[in-house]
Amino acid sequence: MRISIINARICQPTLSARDQPVEAGADGLVAADIHVADGRIVAIVRSGAGAHPGDALPADWVADRRYDARGWVVAPGLIDLAARLREPGFEYRATLESEMQAAMVGGVTGLVCPPDTDPPLDEPGLVEMLKHRARGLACARLYPLGALTVGLQGEVLTEMAELAEAGCIGFSQANVHLADTQVLLRALQYAKTFGFAIWLSPQDGFLARGGVMHAGALASRMGLPGIPVIAETVALQTMLELVRVTGARVHFGRLSSGAGVALMRAAKAEGLAVTCDVAVHHLHVIDQDIGWFDANHRVNPPFRSQRDRDAIRAGLADGTIDAICSDHTPVDDDAKALPYGEAEPGTTGLEVLLPLVLKWARETSTPLPAALAKVTAAPAAILGAERLLGSGAGQLALGAVADLVVFDPDACWTVSRDTLVSQGRHTPFLGYELQGRVQATFVAGLPNFERR
Amino acid sequence: MIRRHPQIDSEGRLRHLLSIDGLPKAMIERVLDTASAFLDVSGRTVKKLPLLRGRSVFNLFFENSTRTRTTFEIAAQRLSADVFNLNISASSASKGESLLDTIDNLAAMNADLFIVRHAQSGAPFLIAQHLDERGKDVHVVNAGDGRHEHPTQALLDAYTIRHFKKDFTRLRVALVGDILHSRVARSNIHVLTTLGVPEVRAIGPATLLPAGLEAMGLQVFHDIRRGLEGVDVIIMLRLQNERMRGALLPSAQEYFKHYGLTADKLAYAAPDAIVMHPGPMNRGVEIDSAVADGPQAVILSQVTFGIAVRMAVLGMIAA
Repeated sequence: MRISIINARICQPTLSARDQPVEAGADGLVAADIHVADGRIVAIVRSGAGAHPGDALPADWVADRRYDARGWVVAPGLIDLAARLREPGFEYRATLESEMQAAMVGGVTGLVCPPDTDPPLDEPGLVEMLKHRARGLACARLYPLGALTVGLQGEVLTEMAELAEAGCIGFSQANVHLADTQVLLRALQYAKTFGFAIWLSPQDGFLARGGVMHAGALASRMGLPGIPVIAETVALQTMLELVRVTGARVHFGRLSSGAGVALMRAAKAEGLAVTCDVAVHHLHVIDQDIGWFDANHRVNPPFRSQRDRDAIRAGLADGTIDAICSDHTPVDDDAKALPYGEAEPGTTGLEVLLPLVLKWARETSTPLPAALAKVTAAPAAILGAERLLGSGAGQLALGAVADLVVFDPDACWTVSRDTLVSQGRHTPFLGYELQGRVQATFVAGLPNFERR
Repeated sequence: MIRRHPQIDSEGRLRHLLSIDGLPKAMIERVLDTASAFLDVSGRTVKKLPLLRGRSVFNLFFENSTRTRTTFEIAAQRLSADVFNLNISASSASKGESLLDTIDNLAAMNADLFIVRHAQSGAPFLIAQHLDERGKDVHVVNAGDGRHEHPTQALLDAYTIRHFKKDFTRLRVALVGDILHSRVARSNIHVLTTLGVPEVRAIGPATLLPAGLEAMGLQVFHDIRRGLEGVDVIIMLRLQNERMRGALLPSAQEYFKHYGLTADKLAYAAPDAIVMHPGPMNRGVEIDSAVADGPQAVILSQVTFGIAVRMAVLGMIAA
């Protein structure tokens, strides 16, 4: 199959402000046609101010299809470092079908799935089954994280090498606290032996126990038990110390506090092999937004103070925070229609990831190539996508796999229960008008989603 | 999204009573003035008014409480309402019925008013918003939700303070004890600051004081003697036994020694200071019997005023 995407403005993600493509206009975009054959990008022909004499179509190019992207932006497909698809075990909350479709509508072509399914992803058979089901749907690429310990119980290590062979790209405890530091130490040592990456969410289970929102003046006022910032920093300090000792490669998921960002900044300055991400909703929402006990605001880690949000934004700007994920966690209506403290944490995220990244970019004047890098090139590097997909994964480059998103950067739409495809209909952004809408999503060069 | 406080309807009237936080000063004052009129009724031989005749009031207590339930029951009956007591914790909840299913069922029985006590902060908000979304004309009164608020308790406390002290704007008030877990404390903080009390103090060990009290307009003291110095009103808070289990306090004895209100500690307050307690009291834990039964205690007046204040609230909302 040969497809030509014509009249597009392309966005080449840049990992730092310095390597912005010289031909790009003020908006960071270049007018170009992209030509795809057999799932890979075979030509990028730039035009207008960014025209390049070396760009050329392959000899005797005949496209099977021409996709006109006039007025729209073409970028690498989004790679989401934390998306719960709820299979196996929680099919009443969401299914692989519904969430894969939501990913396509959101322009997400790669999904890293935490292992907190039921049963947890602690056996190769489960991972193979999940990958098999995902392949059958021919939608987004699935990158499962294996459970770090059997049943996520924090006691016995899983068969990491077997799980890696079955397709796990790393190992994680999801949001389950691993209280036993000796087990964590050994898990890191063992992972280091084989060169596996460990993905950890830093939250001390004892300090967070019983908490349902950010421990601050507002939690005190509302009489809701708080999750203090020290739950994050105490866990992070411990984990960083274990990284120092073992030299294991660790990715920290979903930082929520300014103090946590500061610890990461120091760790990177020290030269530790660590990376981290934040959930996209933490770039926008703070504890004060909770309203009258709105359970749509119950997430884990909790929305923190405005200062924390500002620190997260600063961490993204200076590169301390590598990537942005959706932390997509579909929750069924019954589990949310409860008093705030009993409602289940979680928000749907796949379909709002791109517009919320664009909103943050606009508000902070972050150039589009640098902003989109946080959801494309950077997560691709963290999960080791080049090892799986060849060079150029997560980027727009000749020879790179043609996982692409086409979006209208100006189109506005209102988030509502009716406009969401995901089975999870709960998000703090219900009723919000967001700017930026996906028009088409290509995976391996095939249009898996086109808006009509 | 910006929404109005769910207890106020689009016309600006009080539709539910969910929290003192967000209740305008004028409405608080109206409750107190109305209660004053009802207090005379309570003193008569024939104690009934026809204000809520034919209305169905449901006491929905998802958490046990005999005292608060009884005072609401008396208040509703004195306004001629039909009162139904449901001990939910013993029935539907244990059969696995969800909170909102229970509410829908009771609303279908043509209830006019729900008086709700629930262990979760914010539960009455969920119930009120659910009923409003369903277009049900049922009023909700919060009779205590988790650690959040106990609005009628704060209103009766305000009534008591006004009765004995007249002018809120010259008072020093101290809240003593377990503020962390106390819905009474939170409602009192809002009622006092809204009514213009210039100095509200919180006294207790650091484990029982939540973060950010200063942001609510309080001064924090760990030494009870310093905290009580010159105060006009002392509101003691109940200390529950289970606090000893969660590593918050070592023992009731040690707590009493440092934070229990005894005559010698009371001597630090203004000579005419009044001592209040929302009940039920733990004598020998947060308060010494000599003080609880002493001339400065107004604890039984609180109970009497409580009926009149609850009548005022029910009347304002549902009449």
